[in-house]
Amino acid sequence: MSLILLIEQVLNGLQFGIMLFLMAAGLTLIFGVMGLINLAHGSLYMIGAFCAAAVAAATGSFLLGLVAALAGAAIAGALVELLVIRRLYTKDHLDQVLATFALILIFSEGTRWIFGSFPLFLDVPDFLSGPVTLPGGIEYPLYRLALIAVGLAVALGLWLLISRTRLGVQIRAGENDREMIAALGIDIARLYTIVFALGAALAGLAGALVGAIQSVQVGMGEPVLILAFVVIVIGGIGSIKGALVGAILVGLTDTLGGIFLPEILKLFLDPSTATSVGSSLASMAIYILMAAVLILRPAGLFGARA
Amino acid sequence: MKFVTLAAAAALAIGLGSANAEPVKVGMITTLSGGGAGLGIDVRDGFMLAVKQAGNKDLEVVIEDDQQKPDIAVQLADKMIQSEKVDVLTGIIWSNLAMAVVPSATAQGKFYLSPNAGPSALAGKGCHPNYFNVAWQNDNLHEAAGAYANFEGLKNSFLLAPNYPAGQDALTGYKRMYKGELAGEIYTKLGQTDYAAEIAQIRASGADSVYFFLPGGMGISFLKQYKDSGVDLPVIGPAFSFDQGILQAVGDAALGVKNTSQWSKDIDTPANKAFVESFQAEYGRLPSLYASQGFDTANLLLSAMAKADVKDADAFRAALEEADFASTRGGFKFGPNHHPIQDIYVREVIKEGDVYTNKIIGKALTSHADAYWSECSM
Repeated sequence: MSLILLIEQVLNGLQFGIMLFLMAAGLTLIFGVMGLINLAHGSLYMIGAFCAAAVAAATGSFLLGLVAALAGAAIAGALVELLVIRRLYTKDHLDQVLATFALILIFSEGTRWIFGSFPLFLDVPDFLSGPVTLPGGIEYPLYRLALIAVGLAVALGLWLLISRTRLGVQIRAGENDREMIAALGIDIARLYTIVFALGAALAGLAGALVGAIQSVQVGMGEPVLILAFVVIVIGGIGSIKGALVGAILVGLTDTLGGIFLPEILKLFLDPSTATSVGSSLASMAIYILMAAVLILRPAGLFGARA
Repeated sequence: MKFVTLAAAAALAIGLGSANAEPVKVGMITTLSGGGAGLGIDVRDGFMLAVKQAGNKDLEVVIEDDQQKPDIAVQLADKMIQSEKVDVLTGIIWSNLAMAVVPSATAQGKFYLSPNAGPSALAGKGCHPNYFNVAWQNDNLHEAAGAYANFEGLKNSFLLAPNYPAGQDALTGYKRMYKGELAGEIYTKLGQTDYAAEIAQIRASGADSVYFFLPGGMGISFLKQYKDSGVDLPVIGPAFSFDQGILQAVGDAALGVKNTSQWSKDIDTPANKAFVESFQAEYGRLPSLYASQGFDTANLLLSAMAKADVKDADAFRAALEEADFASTRGGFKFGPNHHPIQDIYVREVIKEGDVYTNKIIGKALTSHADAYWSECSM
């Protein structure tokens, strides 16, 4: 296990975490501000990827594809909020889970109806393809470095939005006391639509960025959704900072656990048992992490409410 | 109606060429929604194409979607057997679903013709006279890949497969034939989409080649990321990551990759040419190996229907065993455990115009039977 391999794996974990952050940020915002559990967040991720693939195929431009992903997911998010979610704020979480689960099925079959059952093609743009050599002789794909940069830029932008703008003040106020900000004359319905569309756009962006190195297919959002929920539970529900820290923790735990657990077990067990036991343990690692965080801090690392 | 049945039974009893005495009802349980739907749709379309071409009015097909979930597949099978009263079941794509459905269906006296899944448990000790696999035993394509790696002189392979029974079967199959060293062996999570960590390990391992079994979307992700990583060791895989349905989504990253398959669209037989042409005309796309398996399954069934009545299980079984139909693969026959004995080819991914597809570059194994038939007693 050389130092170069270790650094490369840390970069991989970081990149995975940053992409999880884009998903988790929207989820945690929506839950924090509106108190809504949105299972259909993974569908918005899928919509982003499909919009990007369709537009990139039609125009040949990856950047236009990204714009389409942001716009498509935001529009889908706003529509969903106006047509469905709006009716659920006063209901309990079980009704919300049921309704948003129905949305998953509708979006999945709708996407299949429009695009067919076979995966779509979306490739890394030429100017970002191939590996670059980092200091120390590490070869690393340029596109993954770009993903880390974009994710950090989005994190910075979100922080500025929340802490420095009027909309951010409203969002923070909405997390604390809904009735009060409505009484102060803020159009809470509009605020909710904007927050939901913003969260959807972030999910769509993640879907498009990840779609270029993965498979753009129906159902691609659900595995990521589960991880995003783990992230916001670890980070503390409603906290953007918590989502960032939680996402990077989950990304690093998942990636490094998958590499090192089998290696460590090989010291005690024969290689094939170590590989299979190690991979099984590695898939549990993030849930063990979540359990540990919940025992020590039941509200999550940066959670305000218990 | 009753009279007709009686007359038919009488004809059967005195052995007067009793074919098509009664309609045959087929229940197809396959995956038509979710991430794995492409495979089920291809099997269904291949099967229904053969049914349409035969124009046999005595064949009725009921199709249901199992959503790739074992519990749903079991419910559907119960419904088809008890209320639809089907004679023959078919269609299941995934080995874990096949394990949930097939043993109970065959125990109830139904025939099961597998167009895809071929778990080792059903080929060895768990074999059944009413279970026929028309595709392959799970290990077969991987064994062929191991044989091909020897032929290419590869000495240090790195192996990658998902951590579930078919993934373990895959690497077992490869290692059964492959004679070189192993640079590494990783089981990934089923459904994993990011392979950066595994690719870094491949880069550091000093391997001379990579063998991977990552069906469907997993393979698309792996190949795209592998190409982007700058690692340029030769890659070998089974046809499952290079079928017609997903190649277009992989794009250039798949070009030149060698993969093993029992079928290819350029197998030069009249039956295969006619199949490829008619499939394209009917559905407007090229067939995949799954479509060819569905097509062969239907033709096997039709050939048996022409020879025997499905209600006479022994005669119908004997007719199935003869496998007297023009397979898209050329030569096709069943071994003693009702699994195929067939040639397995090596294909290379090429680009024809704008379409990515495969062409045969050689034969990895000739008249190959699976490794479990000797454990089967029936």
